[in-house]
Amino acid sequence: MSSRPEMTPHDGPIIRMSGIRKVYDTGKVQVEALKGIDLSIERGEFVAIVGPSGSGKSTLMNLLGCLDTPTSGDFFIAGEKVAGLGRDALAEVRNRRVGFVFQAFNLLPQISAYENVEMPLVFGGVAPKKRKEKVTDLLAKVGLGDRMDHKPTELSGGQMQRVAIARALAMDPDIVLADEPTGNLDTTSGTDIMGLFLELWRQGRTLVVITHDLALARRAGRIVEIRDGKIVGDRPAAEAA
Amino acid sequence: MIRDALKQLHRDLKSQKLRTFLTVFGIVWGTVAVTLLLAFGAGLKKQLIKQTAGLGDRICISWPGLTSIPYQGLGKGRRIRITDEDLEAVRPRIDGLKRMSSEYSDGWKLVYNLKTYPIDVSGVSPEFGEMRNLIPQPGGRFLNPLDMRDQRRVVFLGNKFAEDVFGKGTDPVGKVVLMNGSPFTVIGVLVPKEQDSSYNSRDSDLSWIPGTTFRSLTGRKYLSNFVFQPATALQSKQVTQSLREALSRRLKFDPEDKEAFSVWDTTEQFQFFEVFMLAFSAFLGIVGSLTLVVGGIGVSNIMNVVVEERTREIGIKMALGAKQGAVLKQFLVETLLVTGIGGAIGFAISLGICGVFPESLVEYVGRPELSPTVALITTGILGVIGVLAGYFPAREASRLDPVVAMKL
Ligand SMILES: Nc1ncnc2c1ncn2[C@@H]1O[C@H](COP(=O)(O)OP(=O)(O)OP(=O)(O)O)[C@@H](O)[C@H]1O
Ligand SMILES: [Mg+2]
Repeated sequence: MSSRPEMTPHDGPIIRMSGIRKVYDTGKVQVEALKGIDLSIERGEFVAIVGPSGSGKSTLMNLLGCLDTPTSGDFFIAGEKVAGLGRDALAEVRNRRVGFVFQAFNLLPQISAYENVEMPLVFGGVAPKKRKEKVTDLLAKVGLGDRMDHKPTELSGGQMQRVAIARALAMDPDIVLADEPTGNLDTTSGTDIMGLFLELWRQGRTLVVITHDLALARRAGRIVEIRDGKIVGDRPAAEAA
Repeated sequence: MIRDALKQLHRDLKSQKLRTFLTVFGIVWGTVAVTLLLAFGAGLKKQLIKQTAGLGDRICISWPGLTSIPYQGLGKGRRIRITDEDLEAVRPRIDGLKRMSSEYSDGWKLVYNLKTYPIDVSGVSPEFGEMRNLIPQPGGRFLNPLDMRDQRRVVFLGNKFAEDVFGKGTDPVGKVVLMNGSPFTVIGVLVPKEQDSSYNSRDSDLSWIPGTTFRSLTGRKYLSNFVFQPATALQSKQVTQSLREALSRRLKFDPEDKEAFSVWDTTEQFQFFEVFMLAFSAFLGIVGSLTLVVGGIGVSNIMNVVVEERTREIGIKMALGAKQGAVLKQFLVETLLVTGIGGAIGFAISLGICGVFPESLVEYVGRPELSPTVALITTGILGVIGVLAGYFPAREASRLDPVVAMKL
């Protein structure tokens, strides 16, 4: 784990996409989910992505998180070209550059909250002692200091999403991505989680969140609207109303 | 990294009890079935060899008799007598002859502790012990060439006879007994053995002294019978024929005269035995292989289900930055450990079964003999099947984009 290339700090935009297309080939039909996306995100921004169902929000998010590969186009994270990277290099980018929060939490059910949060640190080759500090600290920050040994099934939806957020933050990523993080939660828990994101933003983190809740979106710094695979609106949140 | 892998493994095994149990069970079952099968096979084989070889190890026994065919002007009914000198004269001319010993037999009296016992005595040469499987118990020995050369008064006793004379607890070796009035030192006692055939008494009731001693004490010149051993069981016919011709020329009888020179070829039963054993081994091999195949299918099925079940988990791990190698390593380590544990448990169970194997059955089917090699090979094969069955699907899963894997 020692030969890891140093991820250099970078002054330009943290995300730079141009002409990104994504075509799903389902055998019979080809679905063009993204039809040429140009997007730049600066450090410290909180971007809300909105748009109708099926417009391509998740597709875009998965590309941003390097969970999926674009059909064509250019994509840089912190100045590093991502499109065309090999499997292991992509794993490295996912591990160190981005933290992902899913609508369905995607925690491993058999292991404790603590161990779930620890996973990225294990994959990142962080020493056990440092891991312990980090995990304990993060779980305390999301308000689950007393739930560390609970399995996900022993937690509420809101608590599970907090664990997922702690997990996303474990490697101190350049950017946190969240695809409808409140979609599976009741209103109260959803507001809590959104509050947590705002808190993270205030601490200087870069966030991209997909949401259907315009009230929540308005509290972000910038709203990007997607329709039919294209960006149709990109404005500061204050003007959104 | 290794510590992390082990920790991970521990968690996985703990949280997936049924699956782990099934995999381990598959390997345990296969290992137990194959090792026991082969253990019982080996035991039975040994027992059969032991019982058949009790009389001797692929030997022929021959007796001189009365001629039944007139030969070169000599009438029939003439007694053929053979001496040691005759045997030594023909010995170099017989191809494929491994060992040969004359045997002089008589019924004597043995006196020990003021008690008299009737005893069957055979005067033989050291080679006789090898041929007839006369193995001494620890602390004793069979006759040796010096006993022969110096006509020593030493005796090797059958185990039952020794027990009758000396009792159960005492070691007869070194004790002096009177045989036909002469003092003899006991040099060894026979290891108890299975014997399903004999040509005078059972070996356990007999005693053996150097042939030279026998001749000098009794003045006997002619042997009662002699025993010879071809180099291989398959050469027995040819060796017997050469001996018959050589002796008939020297002692002047018709080489076709079966009564003048009769031979009991015990290798005949070995020839059958060898064919039987070949068939038996083939049978065991086939049954063992089938068991392995069935066990292997079970293990690989389970591994397949495991990977399918875990594709989502693989996807999540990769989304968090796990590299393909890490994912695969985890599967490999896990399968290897599960295999190792399964194999060890299986071997332990087999050991246990062999341990409680009833002594009363040993006489019939022999003592099952566990082979660690067989256990290792069995476990190894099942392990390789498991690894392959786990590895390739896991590799497929780890090649997917994380989104795809997570959706499955
Ligand atoms: N794996 C896939 N195979 C084929 N088509 C897909 C796949 N994933 C998404 N699509 C299609 O791509 C388009 C965009 O889907 P996407 O999931 O990005 O929409 P979304 O904006 O996230 O919708 P929602 O708000 O309902 O989550 C849709 O038409 C969808 O049917
Ligand atoms: Mg979506």
